[in-house]
Amino acid sequence: MDFACPRTWAEALEVQAQEPDTVPICGGTDVMVDVNFDRRRPAALLDLTRVRDLQGWSHRDGRIVLGAGVTYARVIDELGDRLPGLAMAARTVGSPQIRNRGTVGGNLGAASPAGDSHPPLLATETVVVAESVRGARRIEIADFYTGVKRNALEPDELIREIEVEVAGGPQQFSKIGPRNAMVIAVAGFALALHPDVRRVGTGLGSASPTPRRAAEAEVFVAAEFDERGLWESRSELPESVAEEFGRRVGLATEPIDDVRGSAAYRKHAISVLARRALTWAWSDYRRHRL
Amino acid sequence: MRVTTTVNGQRVELDDVWEGESLMYALRERAGLPGSKNACEQGECGSCTVYLDGVPVCSCLVAAGQSEGRDITTVEGLASKTDLHGVQQAFLDAGAVQCGFCTPGLLIAAHDLIARVPEPSDPDIREALAGNLCRCTGYEKIMDAVHLAADRAGARP
Repeated sequence: MDFACPRTWAEALEVQAQEPDTVPICGGTDVMVDVNFDRRRPAALLDLTRVRDLQGWSHRDGRIVLGAGVTYARVIDELGDRLPGLAMAARTVGSPQIRNRGTVGGNLGAASPAGDSHPPLLATETVVVAESVRGARRIEIADFYTGVKRNALEPDELIREIEVEVAGGPQQFSKIGPRNAMVIAVAGFALALHPDVRRVGTGLGSASPTPRRAAEAEVFVAAEFDERGLWESRSELPESVAEEFGRRVGLATEPIDDVRGSAAYRKHAISVLARRALTWAWSDYRRHRL
Repeated sequence: MRVTTTVNGQRVELDDVWEGESLMYALRERAGLPGSKNACEQGECGSCTVYLDGVPVCSCLVAAGQSEGRDITTVEGLASKTDLHGVQQAFLDAGAVQCGFCTPGLLIAAHDLIARVPEPSDPDIREALAGNLCRCTGYEKIMDAVHLAADRAGARP
């Protein structure tokens, strides 16, 4: 095995291009588990923690450009106001030790259906910027997940940054697990209200082979809000709408039975999480809170 | 490969490090510092917690090569030559140690918490120690120990 620790992004891309069986590593919270348990013996590890370009974030055209190496701890500390959904999800990741090391870029690289970053990224406008020595390309978040633990990256590509729309309305995230810490989501759900475009964004985790949106439920709830003039009136959300929204989100799932929960439980749990998230976000919106 | 790093204030050269080796293994087997414990090797139990550049991390999830040129503090680095650190003394006095396997990780996590939050509440402590599993004591005495350590640190001039 080789171990490369480039100082620059260009150098990192070179390494990745030379040996496709190179596994990038930042926090190591997924990669090292596989190496420790002999599940994976890549030709090389590519340490990205010294590549400065990946360690920061900036504000550009109403979006936060999040370097792939920014840790969950920093998302929580520095971006809770601008990316509340992602920050809420980050707070539920592992333990303090894991949040100090784990990164959103790593979560995307691993592309586990249970990754906590995915639902909030799906619920809002997000673009993953991938790059190789051949150049950079932008991948819409919904196109990024291609299968169980598979993503749209080519073997020579690395994730450079993630562009996430700054919240234009209330956002929520919740997940189900046996403890309040160190939990891999049995089911997770994120919701974002986009009052400017009268849209409700959703993201589902641990409920299908890949993280996904509940597109039909989004259309349903947007139509109900329009018909009832709710965006303008900010009046109470009818319980029937929240209930039906939850039911339709449940229909968007394609869960499996596994050690963490049954498919039936997951479908039910997602419906409940969705109903609650919509109710909470709407109550924030009614109070004119972001 | 060779990894040169600073551990507990001392420059350390680790030789013949395997490229996939964890910092936890390197500390225990090459640096002669067995304080950080090897238990789950997947970041679940917190027994191998060390400071890496001042931030608590699970050393089993850090590739040894990633620690090149970094600054590491292990549980062995908390005490002075003559005295235990206040957090260590509080764990002893409160009876927060049973088999002791989880203790090194808990000490680092508690040490970090008190440095950030001098008067931690119960929820602060539970949150900060959520990644450190103890299978013996049931946590009550660990909570007592952290409060005791914080109270004593606050009482010091």
